[in-house]
Amino acid sequence: MVKGQFSWKDYDAGNTKHEWDLQKIHAAHKVLTEFKYDKNKIEKGFANKTLYINLTTNEIKEKPVTDDMKKKFTGGRGFGLKLLWDSIQPDTRWNSEENDLVITTGPLCGSTQYPGSGKSLCLTVSPSTNIVCDSNVGGYFGPYLKFCGYDALEIQGKAKEDVIIVIDGEASVIRIETAPLEEINTHLVSEQLTYMYSSKDDERSRQRVSVVSAGHGAENSYWGCLNFSFWDIRRKVARLKQAGRGGLGTVLRDKKIKGIVARVDKFTGVENAPENPEAAAKVGTKIQKEIRDLDRYQCNMRQVGTAHLVEIMDAYDLLPCENYRFGSFPKAPKIYSMKFFENFTRVIPDGCWHGCTMACAKTVDSFEVMTGPYKGHRVTVDGPEYETVGCGANMSLWDPKWIIEFNFYCDTYGIDTISSGTAIAYYMEMFEYGILNKERCGGLELAFGNFNAVMQFLHRMADGDTDEFIKVAAKGIRRVKDWLKSKNWGDHQLIEDAGMESKGLEYSEYVTKESLAMQGGYGLTLKGPQHDEAWLIFMDMVNNQIPTFKDKAEALHYFPMWRTWFGLNGLCKLPWNDVEPANNAETNDPSKVPEHLNNYVEYQNAVTGWNINKEELILQSERAYNWQRALNVWMGRGQRRDDWIPYRSMGPVTELEYVSRQERYDKQLAEIMNKPLEEIEKMDVGKKVKLLYDHRRNQYQILSDAVYMRRGWTQNGVPTPVKMKQLGFADEQKMLDFLAKKIQEDEENGLNEWGGVYSESEEKPSKERRYWESW
Amino acid sequence: MTEIKRAKILKFNSEKCVGCLECEKACSQVHFKCDDGGEKSAIRIHEKDGKFQMHVCNQNGLCIDMCPVGAIERMPNGTVILNKNICVGCQACVAFCPLGAMKRSASRIEPFKCISCGACVRACPEDALELVEVDIEEIKQIVFNNYGGANHG
Repeated sequence: MVKGQFSWKDYDAGNTKHEWDLQKIHAAHKVLTEFKYDKNKIEKGFANKTLYINLTTNEIKEKPVTDDMKKKFTGGRGFGLKLLWDSIQPDTRWNSEENDLVITTGPLCGSTQYPGSGKSLCLTVSPSTNIVCDSNVGGYFGPYLKFCGYDALEIQGKAKEDVIIVIDGEASVIRIETAPLEEINTHLVSEQLTYMYSSKDDERSRQRVSVVSAGHGAENSYWGCLNFSFWDIRRKVARLKQAGRGGLGTVLRDKKIKGIVARVDKFTGVENAPENPEAAAKVGTKIQKEIRDLDRYQCNMRQVGTAHLVEIMDAYDLLPCENYRFGSFPKAPKIYSMKFFENFTRVIPDGCWHGCTMACAKTVDSFEVMTGPYKGHRVTVDGPEYETVGCGANMSLWDPKWIIEFNFYCDTYGIDTISSGTAIAYYMEMFEYGILNKERCGGLELAFGNFNAVMQFLHRMADGDTDEFIKVAAKGIRRVKDWLKSKNWGDHQLIEDAGMESKGLEYSEYVTKESLAMQGGYGLTLKGPQHDEAWLIFMDMVNNQIPTFKDKAEALHYFPMWRTWFGLNGLCKLPWNDVEPANNAETNDPSKVPEHLNNYVEYQNAVTGWNINKEELILQSERAYNWQRALNVWMGRGQRRDDWIPYRSMGPVTELEYVSRQERYDKQLAEIMNKPLEEIEKMDVGKKVKLLYDHRRNQYQILSDAVYMRRGWTQNGVPTPVKMKQLGFADEQKMLDFLAKKIQEDEENGLNEWGGVYSESEEKPSKERRYWESW
Repeated sequence: MTEIKRAKILKFNSEKCVGCLECEKACSQVHFKCDDGGEKSAIRIHEKDGKFQMHVCNQNGLCIDMCPVGAIERMPNGTVILNKNICVGCQACVAFCPLGAMKRSASRIEPFKCISCGACVRACPEDALELVEVDIEEIKQIVFNNYGGANHG
């Protein structure tokens, strides 16, 4: 490992060098369209234009960003929702001609003074969920897109052959070019395109190119992610961050895009043109100093990234082991963060955008690939991050090297580690029960802990293997559940309850059984089960800060709104609460990190010149959040039945799980049933599993009732026209009419009813059934 | 690449200083082409308990590893310089400087620092400043890189 203070020119990552004839590859391109444009000067965080590309017609045009759009949707993900609303239909699916793939920035994206200011928000209709999925990602593409003069990029239609899109901010020209000879897998194509499109053959020029790509795995599964590159001048390699969730890379490859290239000229620290650069720099430097002084005593992000969570989750019984059956595991210390620290090549600075001193992006340089097409190559692997390590635990892979290999191939094949890891863990459990077996798995011995089988599965999938299992399995848990049931290979209830998906999307890596609020944090979401809207486990389970349903509903209102705000602005959430001021615990609301909340108010005002306070900041989110929910309803989902979660996330599905935590569950049952513990202990385990099952499922419904009301929705989870008008959508008549009609239909179908069964001592959220009418 | 072993750093003779701040003005000329001194100077003179103190970069070079675009480098003469034409204004070097010697003025987003040019030495009427050569190994500092501060110091 390099011990600091060396010239960036001198470091050699020790990776396999590629010998490509880039001139020949480039010469094979045919320019399909060229679009010259006048670059807008960025003003106060906005370029004030979006870029529209249609790959079917090869049309390229610009759309204006209006003040009305900023007022209603703020930016970033909000703009993405607006562009999608204007383009898609309720029956648009991921592979429909009109489906948009949108990459947005946000007004703070591209600033360099505040850590975490380089995020892009990507949106599309997801193959997994059939509704809009948004996914955030670091890397340089978002900032560069804006520096090229666009707040967002919208791609509609499908190319007839493999293409690349080049957004050249140096020459103010956009081209669609055929790209027949480039590689598809990311670690190769991102490097090829970076070399090909950098203005000069040097590291600094390469750093001013960013590439979006996917890989062969994205073509052959519903788990496709978008890899955003950020060229590392020290390692001399295209590093990668992923917009992982929801199959965005699958859509990219369905549109036959091999890569989207953004190239910029030299840029400065005020390229984002803040209204008040001094104020932005001041608040940014303040938090950077906090990171410098406190990170080593808090999260250790600068050394191990999010992998620091592994040991904490294991200690609190929250690390998903063997498909979420257990929250801790005897072998877990083998994959604690220290084990990755030993593997990481710590060549600082390691931020995925300039100025991010939290620097959670870690790499393993010169990693020798052990399996598959790149066996024997030495590569730089970005990560693994906590979620990927969690997938290792879930699949019972307890060797850091195995997890790094899994991470490498997921990235270069362009698939989401979370979705694929969670899904494979489920297939493994089905394998354990004999519901799946070697024959049914296309010859794969997909047992827990079988690293080679996992890698074989990924390689065969990326290779387009036509085996029935590989093809269904690559579409994720939801489709496999239906497939297993159609084959009648096992108990249907077990098949449903054990598979960790909701809305068709796989869960991320936390065990939620003992935190009802976190179950809501996963289920009562827009895009599907992820922890990007709320992470309430400690507040709820460890610190018991939100004991009542009303408290939990308040948290499930506030935190999703607050966390949505990052995506509207092009920010990363981590610098909000993965470092905290030393006196945070003494403030009146430590879970909100009040000082950092104030930072963000100051920061947004400094860049945009707006004059918002922390309440208006939540209002910005509430607008986008409700709009997205309404969009989901409009597409036929986004209702109570869609917010349902599998029982594995609520409690013990099997007797084995119950017995593994018997003391805890017995105690809970004694309380619920108001019976002495001794009596419970003597009861049949199967019966106890069933009692807990009925109780917890009802608790979830009661929680949903409270949350829907708090958010201003009907009992069926539909945003009301009144709420939408209050938020400023009074002139969006089409949406308001739709919602009014939908609520009327729900009324006729008896869906505007409380979902929970309440005992006499329990209070419903409101005495009025149609509570929203009196608002 | 040959290893750079020696660097020139500023030495301050406190007893000679009269607090005229000619050094700061000279420094402002170098960095901002003005006589403002103060926040536009990389060298600062403060009075504490009737004595003058100098606050300036000692060329320890920790900032080199903080720069995401490689704008900070150690020159062959040992001095650490920030190239403002490459800098993207992120302030990581400012925040992480253990001495607070990487400076930023409100008038420009790119930080600036002492480049051991000697302008202040020449400007000082009392000969309170001089440039001395030191061994880089003696002053060098690197970014904290251990596994956790609490357990591993």
